[in-house]
Amino acid sequence: MMCQDCNERPAMIVFTQIVNNEKTVLRLCHECAEKRGLKAPFSSSDFPIGDLLAGMAEEGGSGETEEMKKLTCAQCGLTYVDFKKTGRLGCSECYDIFTEGLKGLLRKIHGSNQHRGKVPNFEKEYVEQKKEIRKLREKMKRAIKAEEFERAAALRDTIHEMEKAWRRKK
Amino acid sequence: MAEKEVTGGARHFLQMMIQSPVGWLDGTGEYPGIVISSRVRLARNLKGIPFSHRASREQLEEVQLQLRNAQGENKFLKNAIFLDTSELTDIDKQFMVERNLVSPDFLEKKGARGLLVGEKEIVSIMINEEDHVRLQGLHSGFQPKDVWRIIDRIDDELSGSLEYAFSDEFGYLTACPTNTGTGLRASILIHLPALVLTQEIDKVLRGITQVGLAVRGFYGEGTAVLGNLFQISNQTTLGQSEEDIINSLERVTKQIIEFEQNARKTLLKDAQPQIEDKIWRAYGIVKNARVLTSQEFMNLSSAIRLGVAMGMIPDVTVQTINQLMIETQPSHLQKRAGKKMEPAERDIYRADFVRKILSG
Repeated sequence: MMCQDCNERPAMIVFTQIVNNEKTVLRLCHECAEKRGLKAPFSSSDFPIGDLLAGMAEEGGSGETEEMKKLTCAQCGLTYVDFKKTGRLGCSECYDIFTEGLKGLLRKIHGSNQHRGKVPNFEKEYVEQKKEIRKLREKMKRAIKAEEFERAAALRDTIHEMEKAWRRKK
Repeated sequence: MAEKEVTGGARHFLQMMIQSPVGWLDGTGEYPGIVISSRVRLARNLKGIPFSHRASREQLEEVQLQLRNAQGENKFLKNAIFLDTSELTDIDKQFMVERNLVSPDFLEKKGARGLLVGEKEIVSIMINEEDHVRLQGLHSGFQPKDVWRIIDRIDDELSGSLEYAFSDEFGYLTACPTNTGTGLRASILIHLPALVLTQEIDKVLRGITQVGLAVRGFYGEGTAVLGNLFQISNQTTLGQSEEDIINSLERVTKQIIEFEQNARKTLLKDAQPQIEDKIWRAYGIVKNARVLTSQEFMNLSSAIRLGVAMGMIPDVTVQTINQLMIETQPSHLQKRAGKKMEPAERDIYRADFVRKILSG
């Protein structure tokens, strides 16, 4: 049997991958296997899942509209059509722009489109800050009710400062 | 000038690597006779900078700079060595791939691509691979939870000084949607010779994929499995917590370990002389061969690994077999020899090297 990539050399390596209970078999020569990064069983390259994914994206998620196909990411310039061809997003903004199409695709890949894992430290900080700001607002309201206007004004300034700093960071 | 010193350090480091022990090969951890290594990697990107494949040279440099700064403040990575991939020779590059520190793709990419390597190569970071940050933890034997704990702490500390691209809905945002969410890929490299010999392997592998894990095996010519080595990893990264992902990988792998242990018992019960013969012949060949190809060694080493695990070959340790598995690869041999060698020359050098190691 010849290598299915180059069709020139005999296939020496049979690579079997089972994803979603679907078996894919590649028959490759050493050179082409190496090109695909399938060199050693303990090599740290990931599954050549990108190709597979491009295929999945090509099929199109349900509810994909003509409107979606015209989308382009304002930040990095990636078009939705390009994304579907390569299976790769260009930047974090793409997730916002293509969000409708992505929800379906992510559900297809992962069986879910809602993150349930850890949250980075700086986000945690914001969560804490948001809580803090809510508390200060309550305090301010109470101060106004008690007609302690100077204290209320000071609290208002603190809240403004915190919100400004937070927006700057975000 | 400062750059030059760093380069000199990196070169020295690469030269030292071949002599120094690799943490994930040391034969520690649970089930060292069956599980070779446990790996956990996290994919992260910096907010406001396009993913590596769409970033400009300056943006890639910015990522690298931010990482280097964060490294200096990180108590786990403070002493990690930094390697700039553009300064590596072809043999150096292949050497890093063989050592499991980088992906082959990564080394072909242009622009600021760097690698941070921690003590004993247990923790490493690829900078500007497909994602800005690929944090890897790799350790010997079956210990996915411990590896996760280390990586989790490093990630926590890094996220104190780096602002990651993150959304409440989708989690950590990655270039490829297959990594979105936790960005976590955990994998176990496992040796399953008895399941292969008893022809139960297909059944077991099919079972694995039905529970949301993926498995890959490498086959040599025909149906013979190269080294009887398989990699089991989580397939999905979104919708489950990191702990749940690690737990389910651990649970399923434990089951497979049990299947393999049972298959080994069955083999010993039904065909002890044949199994012993296979093991001792393999040992005899590698101890006496004058020409040894990489593939031949991989296949024979599987039988020897089995013999070591079953206590048949007391002179050889799991660590020795692990070391040989890595060090008989082409670039490792050439680095050891200090020169470029053609495949035929390497096969002779490999045989010499293996004989020397096994005769103590």
